[in-house]
Order: sequence, then C-alpha cells, then structure tokens
Amino acid sequence: LLTDKSGPASLPAEDISANSNGPKQDSLFDDDPEDLFAEATEEVSLDSPEREVLLSDGPSPAITPITPPTSVITPKTCSDPFLLTLYSCFLKIEEEEGGDSFDMHISVSDPEKVGDGMNAYMAYKVTTKTSMSLFKTDEFSVKRRFSDFLGLHSKLASKYLHIGYIVPPAPEKSIVGMTKVKVGKEDQSSNEFVEKRRSALERYLMRTVKHPILLKDPDVLQFLESSELPRAVSTQALSSAGLLRMVNKAADAVNKMTIKMNESDAWFEEKQQHFENLDVQLRKLHASVESLVCHRKELSVNTAQFAKSAAMLGNSEDHTALSRALSQLAEVEEKIDQLHQDQANADFYLFSELLGDYVRLITAVKGVFDHRMKTWQKWQDSQLLLQKKREAEAKLQFTNKPDKLQQAKDEIKELEGKVQQGERDFEQISKTIRKEVSRFEKERVKDFKMIIIKYLESLVQTQQQLIKYWDAFLPEAKAIS
Amino acid sequence: HTETHTHTHTDSLLPRAVNVDLQTDATLQVDISDALSERDKVKFTVHTKSTLPNFKQNEFSVVRQHEEFIWLHDSFVENEDYAGYIIPPAPPRPDFDASREKLQKLGEGEGSMTKEEFTKMKQELEAEYLAIFKKTVAMHEVFLCRVAAHPVLRKDLNFHVFLEYNQDLSVRGKNKKEKLEDFFKNVVKSADGVLVAGVKDVDDFFEHEKTFLLEYHNRVKDASAKSDRMIRSHKSKKLFYNLQDAVASWELMQLMFFLKVSELFEKTRKIEARVAADEDLKLADLLKYYLRESQAAKDLLYRRSRSLVDYENANKALDKARAKNRDVLQAETSQQLCCHKFEKISESAKQELIDFKTRRVAAFRKNLVELAELELKHAKGNLQLLQSCLGVLKGNT
Repeated sequence: LLTDKSGPASLPAEDISANSNGPKQDSLFDDDPEDLFAEATEEVSLDSPEREVLLSDGPSPAITPITPPTSVITPKTCSDPFLLTLYSCFLKIEEEEGGDSFDMHISVSDPEKVGDGMNAYMAYKVTTKTSMSLFKTDEFSVKRRFSDFLGLHSKLASKYLHIGYIVPPAPEKSIVGMTKVKVGKEDQSSNEFVEKRRSALERYLMRTVKHPILLKDPDVLQFLESSELPRAVSTQALSSAGLLRMVNKAADAVNKMTIKMNESDAWFEEKQQHFENLDVQLRKLHASVESLVCHRKELSVNTAQFAKSAAMLGNSEDHTALSRALSQLAEVEEKIDQLHQDQANADFYLFSELLGDYVRLITAVKGVFDHRMKTWQKWQDSQLLLQKKREAEAKLQFTNKPDKLQQAKDEIKELEGKVQQGERDFEQISKTIRKEVSRFEKERVKDFKMIIIKYLESLVQTQQQLIKYWDAFLPEAKAIS
Repeated sequence: HTETHTHTHTDSLLPRAVNVDLQTDATLQVDISDALSERDKVKFTVHTKSTLPNFKQNEFSVVRQHEEFIWLHDSFVENEDYAGYIIPPAPPRPDFDASREKLQKLGEGEGSMTKEEFTKMKQELEAEYLAIFKKTVAMHEVFLCRVAAHPVLRKDLNFHVFLEYNQDLSVRGKNKKEKLEDFFKNVVKSADGVLVAGVKDVDDFFEHEKTFLLEYHNRVKDASAKSDRMIRSHKSKKLFYNLQDAVASWELMQLMFFLKVSELFEKTRKIEARVAADEDLKLADLLKYYLRESQAAKDLLYRRSRSLVDYENANKALDKARAKNRDVLQAETSQQLCCHKFEKISESAKQELIDFKTRRVAAFRKNLVELAELELKHAKGNLQLLQSCLGVLKGNT
C-alpha cells in the first residue's frame, strides 16, 4: 500500500506522458474553460501540445454527442418524487444491496453561481455522510468548483494509473455549456447542463471513494474535508480527452513492438480483448438508447398534437355529453404526452449517463493495461542495458584502466538494482491489475443491474399513471347518452 | 400469393354500433360471412337473411368485389329520389400494396437474416396484413348494414340485385373518360356548393346544421389525420426493439438476469403493439368513418340548398311569366315540382340529420368506452408483467 503522498519513487510522473515533450507542464492546469479568463497571473504555456486537447470543446472522442432532453426536470423544478430519486440514484445502489458494508454517502448539491461574466463559475456543495473512523465527524460539507474535481482526478491519475489502479475519470468539461451559465442565460438548457454536471460530479466522487485505495489517499480526504483547497495548478492536467489521446498513442506504440510475453499474459490478452468488445457493445447500446429516446419524443409530439385536435373536435360537437367526453379525452392524451416525455427523459438520464460513464471508465482500464506494457518494457530495457554493461566490463578487464573498470562495476551494480526493481514493479502492477479488473467487473454488473431495475421501476410508474388516467376517463365515456 | 379466409370481426369496429341502437329489423339482415384475398382483389361473401317476400329464399349468399359496392353506392347517389337522404359513404378501396411490398422485401432478404429473425418478422408482417384485411372487410360490411337499416334504401331494387343475383354484376370500373367526367362534376359541384352555401336559410334548424357540419367536418378531418400520425408513432417498433436487442447481446453479465429482462421486453413490446392496434380500431377508424359520414351529411345539405335555390329561381320565373302572361302554366308546373322536391328533401333531411346525430353519439360512446377499457386492460397487463419480473430480479440480486 502506498504511504508516500507523491507515489512510488521508482516511476516518476513524467513517464505518464506518451509524447515526450519533456517534464511536467505545470502551469497548464487550465483545462476548465470556466477558469480561462479567471486569473491573469495564471501561466498558460502557449506552445504546449496538451493545450489544444485541453481546450477542445465538447465530449471526448469516446462518446457521441448527447442531445439533452427538452423538458426541464431539475430537482428544483421537478415535483415528481420518483423522478427526483432517479437523478440521485446511480451510485446509491449500495445501500439497497444487503451484505455490503460500504457506509459512505457523498452528495453534490446546491449549485451556485459565483461571480459575473466570463470570470463566473459554479460552486457546488459536497456533503459527506459516513460513520467510518477515517473521518473526524459523521457529516461534513465543503464548497468545490469544477476545476477542483478535475484537479483531484489529475492528482490521483498521476499517482495511481501507472501502477495499475483504475482511477475513475472525471466528468467532461464543456465550453458551450459553461459559457451559457456564465453569460447568465437562465433557461432550460443551461439548467439541464448544470443538473447533468452536478449528477456526474456526484457519481464521480462516489466511484472514487468506493475504491478502497483511493479512499485513503490524502488528496481525496483533503478534497472532502478541508474548507480551503489550494487552486489546482501544480500537477499534470489530464482531461479524459487527453487521457484517451495518450492511451491511443501508447497503444499504437505497443502494437508496433513485437513483444514476447509468457503464458500468464494470456489472461491479460484475453481481458484486453474483452474490454475492446465491451467498449464496442456499450457504444452500440448508447446509440440504441439515443434512438429510442428520439422515437419516444416523436410519439410525445404527435400525442400532443392529437390532444389539441381532439379538444377542437370536442368544442364543435353539439351534443353536450359527447362534447365533454371528447374534451376529457383530449386532457387524457395531453397527460399521456407528458408521460411519454417523462419516460423519454428517464430513459435518457438512466442509460445515457451510465453508458457515458462506462465508456470513459473503459478508457481508463485500457490505460492501465498499457502502463503494464510500459512497465514490462522498462524492465526489459534495463535487462538489455545490464547485459551490455556486463559485456563492456568484461572487455575492460583486459585493459589497464582501473578507474573505468570501477565505474563500470558501479554502474552494473546500479543496473542490477534497477532490473530487480523493474521485475518487482512488473509483478506488482500485474497483481494490482488483476484485482482491479475483478473489482471493476463486479461493480459494472452491479451498476447495470441496478440501472435496469430502476428503468423497470420507471416503466411500472408509467403504467400506473396510465391506469389512473383511463380509469378516470371511463365513467366520462359511459356518461354519454 | 397469400390466401386468407377469415370470418369478419366487425364487433370490434365502430360502425357496427350503427345497428346496436337502431331497431334491428328481423326482416333483413346482411353481413359478410367470409372473404378471400387474392393477388389483386378481395372477394367478399355477402350473406343475407330475410323474410321479405321479394327474395326467392330466406337465406342466401353471393360473392362480390369492391367495384360492385361502389356501383351500388353510386347508383344511390345518382338517384334523384334519394336526394333527401344521407347516402351511406362508400367503403374505401382495399389497399394491401404497402403490406404486400413489405412481405415481398422480406422474402427477398430471407438469405441475409437468421431463421429466427425471419420467422419473427414474417409473423409480424402477416399479422399486419391480416389486420388490414379485417378492417377492409368490416368497412364493406358496415356499408351494407347501413343500407339494410335504412327504411327507404333497404327497398332499393339495385340493392336487392346486389344481394341476390349470384352472377357477376359485370360492373366495370370507370374508364378514363368517365373518371375525367367525375372530376369535372366534382369541381362544378364544389364551386356550386360555395355559391349555394351562401344562401341563408329561413329554417333555423338547417341553418344551425349547416354551420355545425362545416366546422365539425373540418375538425374531424384534422383529428383523423393527427390520430393516424400518433398511432403510427405508437406502432413504431423502435420504442423497444433496439434496447432489447442490445440487452440481449451482453454475454458476460449474469445470464439469468438478462434473459429475464429480454423476455420481459419482448412481452411488453407485444402488449404495446396491441395497444396501438386497438387505438387504431377504436379511435382512428371511428374518426375516419365519421369523416366520411359527415361529408355525406354535407352532401345532403348541399342537395337541399340546391333545391332551395332551384325553388326560388322557379318562383322568380313564375312571377316573370305571370307578369308577361306567357308560358304561365309551364312556369306553374315547374314551380310546383321544385316546391314539392324542396319540401320532400327538407322533411327527410331533417330526420336524417337527427338520426345522424344519434348514430354519431352512439358510435362515439361505444368506441370511447371500449378504447378506455382496452387501454386499462393492457396497462394492467403490462403492470403485472413488470411487477412480477421485478420481483424475480430483485430476489436474485
């Protein structure tokens, strides 16, 4: 287990960057556009290649763009208790599962706009409720902004990714979404954006603290507990997009290498293939869900139009009772239209967001596998170098250069240490990844099962409402005489 | 091609309601007992039970095609004696083209899909074909029932020939020239209709009916179109199918769980399809039928207005003739004829329009009640499926 805050000394942070642009680009933290104009003192390195990635708008290449639903259902405006629970349900599934002793709840709430114009940002309240002894109190809150979350992720990524831990990716940034909020546009779409972000941040934190290692990380504890958080500027900033590009580059490099690995790696190869397949499946499912939502919305629009038409028909009908019944029918259809919309929104939030999360998570998993390859390579390289040095030393034995000989012997000793460390690192990361993958799979199954159950429950709700509406209409229809 | 014998189930279809509240006269009952769908035509077996003396037997059947129904309808429209009645609207032409095309495409693509997929799609398309078939049979039956229930039309000679003559009526469809003539007639008629509609009626009842029918007809047209669109969306398989397909393809997940969910989606999808089909029958078809009936009622009002205009013109002509003292007798006869025609039409029209309202109210009542009951039945069915599946799934997790 890691006790050192900065991570194991043997693999420095700069190895993370696949493009060897030199050491850390520390002033580059600006991957959140909300901070773009915030502080003039912030140094932004203009020629950093990461900058383009960090400032690029929109979702990561991993996910197709999601069109937000058109009706506003935010916790503030939505009065339907069922729908309210939907948005906060994702990772609170743990409490419903018996036999799970994880006792910690994090909620992200009360988004509040701070400041004006392009300097403005959203502050969120992060509340932790827990009975774990790790914390000083049972319940405590802090205020955090989006860049704080990104900062947390980047610290964790730099410390743990390269030794095989699947660090949950932070939510996506969005220049368009955030600009609307800054500019003060208080409309449906900006409300939805804030709500989506709030929910995503909550899921992110819950996933992070559910990880037994990450939970104990001092950065995480500081994030949750301390009232003042230093502005995240120091460590390498890695947005999901940046991570993905880096992983892709590494994957390319790895493919070019002809690596001979032994049989235990069959497990790793199989798992890698499995995650590739899963990635494809999830994207397909994501596309299905979007198409489904689209069709349901079309049904909703057509139902609304029919409702209006039926109301007009009722108006012109000159038999009183029939006229009333037709107006009632119009009302029923209007309510059903609203049901269709709510269902479409439920489909969207439940599945789309979860799928998006998992597509990003799998990117992190792939990253971890690639780190293992790099670790192996490093070990091999050390071995090769050691061999060369030994050969060189053997040659030096026959020359009369005692200084050089001693230097060679020293170098060899150092290299032997490196080789041993390399082997240990490789075994360690392999072990860690096995554990992580098994944990990931368990969580994934739990997550998806729970979401499906929630979805079915929402369908139950819809049917119950339908029954209510038609039950109320039936006597009106019978009253026609 | 496909041949499907089927007994009609018009009980579920609106216009049956026409007979429910009217006195079903035991002396004449007509129904379509069987129907056969062939490549490019449908053959209806028209079955009659009657105690009327003019028929040779008490019970008999003949085979008729769509064109022969149209011939009968047109003979009513062209008969001056029936000017004062709402002529039951002609049944729409059977249209299986779209359905046939889909089945054909399916057949062509058989090689490119699994046996399961093919069977499933084939079943669905066949069900669709069957539904269209049943509907067209019901529409034709409704027309005949309406005629049989009408106190005057039921006595029509052409109608009796239609029912009894067991040979082909040799009614050919209209050729191009005749269709063109029809087109021009309609143009003239609608222009005339506008002129005639401008004439204000002395009689309050008819004045009200005119305004009412005009607005009502337009609104029914709009409601019919919108309900069609809504139901088409509802029928869209894309509301469920894709999700189910994706769920079914997760292989590493615990198999039992997802098998159950796939099963559930399959069942609820079938129920949703039934809901859409029922809405189609109870709502869309109801509106379509009353679109046609309200047009027939408008036509009646037009004929009456036309005869009123003719009457007024005859009056003017008579005054002129008397003033000039020329052709007075001729003008008097003409005026009397017009007067008589107008009064006859007005009298029967009044009753017809009152009956139309009664029929309309009864039909809407029946279908709206049945619609609500079916919606409830399906929602409860869905609910039960969902709840029982949830019970099993939660138990397993």
